[in-house]
Amino acid sequence: MRITVTRIICQSFFVGLAVFLAAVTQFGYLRGYPVSLFLQLDPLVALATAATTHRVYRGLIWALAIIAPGLLLGRFFCGWICPFGALQQFVAWLGGGGRRTAERIRRNLPRPQFATKYYLLAGMAGAALVGSLQVGLLDPLCTLFRSFTLAVLPLADSASGHLHVRPHVQQSAWLVGALLFFVLSLSLAFPRHFCRAWCPLGALLGLLARFSLWRIHRDPDACVHCDLCVANCQGAADPHARLRKAECFLCMECVQRCPHGALSLRFLPEPDGEVTYPQADGRRAALAALAGLLLAGWTRRSAHVDDPRPALIRPPGALAESAFLERCIKCEQCVRVCPTNVLQPALSEAGLEGLWTPVLKMRVGYCELNCTLCGQVCPTGAIAPLSVAQKLGTGPYAEQGPVRTGTAFYDRGRCLPWAMDTPCVVCEEVCPTSPKAIYTRREQTVNRRGEPVWLQRPYVDPDRCIGCGICQHECPVKDRAAIRVTAIGETRSPGSGLLLR
Amino acid sequence: MDRRRFLGELGRTGAALLGISAAAVARHDRHGTSARPGQPEAGLVHLHSFRAPGTDSGPQLAIAHGADPARMVATALGMLGGIERFVRPGDVVLLKPNAAFDRPAALGATTRPETLLAVATHCRRAGAAQLLIAENPINHPEGCFARTGIQAVAAACGARLVWPRPNAFTRAHIGGEVLSTWPVFSEPLQRADKVIGIAPCKDHNLCSVSLCMKNWYGLLGGRRNQLHQQIHRAIADLAQMIQPTLVFLDGTRLLVRNGPTGGSLADVAAGDTLVAGTDMVAVDAVGCELLGRDPGRLEYLQRATTRGLGNARWRESSWREEWAG
Repeated sequence: MRITVTRIICQSFFVGLAVFLAAVTQFGYLRGYPVSLFLQLDPLVALATAATTHRVYRGLIWALAIIAPGLLLGRFFCGWICPFGALQQFVAWLGGGGRRTAERIRRNLPRPQFATKYYLLAGMAGAALVGSLQVGLLDPLCTLFRSFTLAVLPLADSASGHLHVRPHVQQSAWLVGALLFFVLSLSLAFPRHFCRAWCPLGALLGLLARFSLWRIHRDPDACVHCDLCVANCQGAADPHARLRKAECFLCMECVQRCPHGALSLRFLPEPDGEVTYPQADGRRAALAALAGLLLAGWTRRSAHVDDPRPALIRPPGALAESAFLERCIKCEQCVRVCPTNVLQPALSEAGLEGLWTPVLKMRVGYCELNCTLCGQVCPTGAIAPLSVAQKLGTGPYAEQGPVRTGTAFYDRGRCLPWAMDTPCVVCEEVCPTSPKAIYTRREQTVNRRGEPVWLQRPYVDPDRCIGCGICQHECPVKDRAAIRVTAIGETRSPGSGLLLR
Repeated sequence: MDRRRFLGELGRTGAALLGISAAAVARHDRHGTSARPGQPEAGLVHLHSFRAPGTDSGPQLAIAHGADPARMVATALGMLGGIERFVRPGDVVLLKPNAAFDRPAALGATTRPETLLAVATHCRRAGAAQLLIAENPINHPEGCFARTGIQAVAAACGARLVWPRPNAFTRAHIGGEVLSTWPVFSEPLQRADKVIGIAPCKDHNLCSVSLCMKNWYGLLGGRRNQLHQQIHRAIADLAQMIQPTLVFLDGTRLLVRNGPTGGSLADVAAGDTLVAGTDMVAVDAVGCELLGRDPGRLEYLQRATTRGLGNARWRESSWREEWAG
């Protein structure tokens, strides 16, 4: 079998694996599959979280499985494994990719703007220095899983009606879907343009490729300068001249294509036939790093991470806000697995820095009392994996009490028993704690016609309320509920307490 | 220009013009009736009675005591004249447990799987062609069906779980005082020949107790949480909406406080009782007493009795009481 066919089979396998893992990241299908495997293999995620937290969290150690062969072979990950790269390549193939050979050669030549990814990586590294983890915005695996969760699966859900019994919606599906569409359609004009010009993981692997021992070697005596090797070159690595090590995906198209056998994969070939370092400007990279550092510093200061913000309700087990932002890679695995759809990607709730990080939206869902799935799938520990006993504060955790995500407050002007002399208390009915955090007092009042009426009027016991939001979700005042949860009282940060405990 | 081409071009343009015009005229909404605000009342489902023929006379109410749900179900059915009185060979039987909350049955908020399985086994033995288990829970359905154990029951007895997907609901005529028409879980109701309710015996924060009548709330769709504004009328309407073949009230565990969700084993007490009957108002009156409440003071039972939907003075009916094994 031709090596390029082997490669396509390998890429198809990893695309299939990614789709499978995204599909089973759901209540009822999890069965212990390593659903965050790709994110744990991602060297950029491991390195960036190591930069912000000084630790390599649990399964992120698997990144070594990509880094170690990357040191030997360069960017083989981009050519053989990355499912997001494979998708782009597939789109480029669908679009014909330039049917004439001369046109294909033109599209696959290196361009100066392909250095952009190194500056983006530098900017993200600068942001990481002040504890802001922004790699997820462009990391290909985060982007892929985010796009699956926020854009692709909700459409499949409503079209088929067979993903969730009650179909899920995502609040920024349009934005993530449009970005996915844009990135993929770029490949129609220039194959794998995202990989070449934007991908920070590609940039990181490009830096590592400097150490690679095996690489493509061109025999100048056999070469007739026909440039056919460039026609299918996926990384735009210039194999017909001096091979750019940092851009070569080891896709083997050039070796396959060369009619004179001038190209081959060799162990330690002569270094004068190649460009060893990425073609990026050091001073520009330093400037980009400074820009990232300043921007992250400014957004962090303007967001007041140490003050609770009412709509910034994080999932149970989420770390205190600044520690959370040091770890969240916006991969949306928690959003994907959340059975009630309450977890939504933030747009403005968490400030500019927290774009697409998970927040609870009680009008969409509620936090299920006995569920801790979000923390179980989180690859970076932004949401700690809790046991149910830990979440509920039972058994050995009775001393520290339950994990609270916020506190519910009545809006008495909108509440039926409070404002409209009408019985209701659905909120009390669904309140899941025992004893219920919502309790009622039987109160007599006089209605408009002067008749005495007895009503059960609801109150919140802040000592019992865990902020799960099912009261808000089930409130019949549907557009803006008469009871709403805000973040005050959340247990994740000491500055957010409500009661003197 | 030759004649052939002239006629061809003219014909194509003319056909396009005619086709578009014909389609527009055919779909023309001259009076704008398709754009009226409000809900369309067309396509209402009518639910028939699920009572088995000949069960209006004879034994009506059975109270079995014991600890083993399977034996208690058998004893109760024995007192009522056997399952064959209610389920005929070839029937499609809908079993309606309460699985409203995503929590284990031990907490008393949902129907015990052992009781559900026992009833399902008797239906199978009577020759039921298909068993359906349906519920539209409060919490997310996947979790409720798994955690309460009813998914395992369905697998064990070969019943089909009917999931409350959006397209499984249709607006039905109910004709009640509050529920005039309402979206109901029509997919299982329309397929079933017989309907059997199996409800837990629970305290309820708003309507005092949640028993067999309230259990039909799980066959409603739509904005059902508005019903709490007229809860007693609405529950009586539920008794009008579904005329079941048989109901079971599982009082082996009683959720005595913090209902209807419970949440702690301390909220659950042993009841050692299972009530079965054809008159769910009477069965609920027994359940009311099990929970130490007076059925004579429970508004929805009184309303249902006044409306002739059953008799809360259960001792007036033909009832029996036995110890199971």
